[in-house]
Amino acid sequence: MEEESDTRKINNSFLREHNYATEADIISTVEFNSSGELLATGDKGGRVVVFQREQESKSQPQRRGEYNVYSTFQSHEPEFDYLKSLEIEEKINKIKWLPQQNAAYFLLSTNDKTVKLWKISERDKRPEGYNLKDDDGRIRDPSTITSLRVPVLQPMDLMVEATARRVFSNAHMYHINSISVNSDYQTYISTDDLRVNLWNLEITDRSFNIVDIKPANMEELTEVITSAEFHPQQCHTFAYSSSKGSIRLCDMREAALCDKHCKYFEEPEDPSTRSFFSEIISSISDVKFSHNGRYLMTRDYLTVKVWDLQMENKPLETYQ
Amino acid sequence: MEVTTEAKRIMVVALGKLYSSRTQRGGLRLHRSLLLTMVMKSARDMYHAAQETVEWEAAEEQQSPAEEPTYAQMELQEGKPLSSTGEEVESSPAKLRRDAYNKENMSPPRPAQHSRKRRGKAAVEPDFLPCKKAKLEQKNSPHQLILSTVLLCEYMNCSSEVGAPPAPMPVQRTIAAC
Repeated sequence: MEEESDTRKINNSFLREHNYATEADIISTVEFNSSGELLATGDKGGRVVVFQREQESKSQPQRRGEYNVYSTFQSHEPEFDYLKSLEIEEKINKIKWLPQQNAAYFLLSTNDKTVKLWKISERDKRPEGYNLKDDDGRIRDPSTITSLRVPVLQPMDLMVEATARRVFSNAHMYHINSISVNSDYQTYISTDDLRVNLWNLEITDRSFNIVDIKPANMEELTEVITSAEFHPQQCHTFAYSSSKGSIRLCDMREAALCDKHCKYFEEPEDPSTRSFFSEIISSISDVKFSHNGRYLMTRDYLTVKVWDLQMENKPLETYQ
Repeated sequence: MEVTTEAKRIMVVALGKLYSSRTQRGGLRLHRSLLLTMVMKSARDMYHAAQETVEWEAAEEQQSPAEEPTYAQMELQEGKPLSSTGEEVESSPAKLRRDAYNKENMSPPRPAQHSRKRRGKAAVEPDFLPCKKAKLEQKNSPHQLILSTVLLCEYMNCSSEVGAPPAPMPVQRTIAAC
């Protein structure tokens, strides 16, 4: 969890030219924070690298928009599930930023099975002048102490530290594919192939299952959940997309288990375009609400579609 | 007959991917396995649909009553190995559906899969891959997808007279030939 300020001086081109990139460096997820000042990336090796936008400077106005490394930390490690004899990959599947409430930044990062809450904070001062130990940390010989002093905060080189504040584990049987923070800033959902779980950010040993599409007989499985997101303003509404190309909007006030949807968005398949892969190219990989919460954007294999929440039978726009 | 060759190729590739995903790091990916299975089923259905149209055309051209029982017999043969997969049979002729339904009722229950690795849905395990379980008699084995495809290839390649069906070739060789 340490981070030297030296890394801020390492240029990206250094890594490229010296061929230091390996498979563990493959980036698996990216996410801006709400102001756009920070960009977090997760890679296959379980690391999270946070970039910060350069400060605007009058002397070089064209440089605004460049991002430098701000913090790097190892978020997840490879694990082994002994019960199922399966290795759990450390690859970061999703990162979501929490809204900023104080000087520190908070983000949620997840691999296949575990979600972690990380706090990223800056430290630019340190106390100096302790009585019982010197500035290196070594204990002072008591016989050499002749007077008492009050420690004072002295400025130091900027250090960015990341600490794991919460670990939310053991709630998912299948691989987590998305997380989404609620607008109430108290809860979030984590989604795997068949279930959506609701968590409180403060409570790590309990989560509530709010969507479960697992069939009684797994042989009858035809559809999996591919992504889920909370509505940006309504804290009781969320949407989830499926591998069959449909999006369901659910209201948590209706029932504890939201298996019944409020709205169902699907565009009927055009029978003339049937091919070997017709059934799978409609699988939606991601769903996002618009900022005003009136539209949905979805992405499947060949198209991006914009939906109006009031119109369920076809999208407003399709981009190919 | 590009549809049939394409369908065969797709089925083989999808099976290969399904099989290699079992040994992949991180365990079986449900979404990926589901999509691969759907592609395989879709390819299989298209293959059968293409085969049936070919046969109908051949039967109509010849317009000989002797050909009809042959076709009906071939249909029956097709129906049996397919239906014993235990999954839903989606082929269009109602005859096949009836046969399939009966076969499901008559075939013995599948052996319980006590593998520790999660299989997701009904996994298709080709016979040519090493299997540590005692094998059931091939006709009643639930994992017949590739074998039935191979048998179909054999039937289609044979002449129209119905003789004794040729012994199924070793499956590895046939798949490689596709």
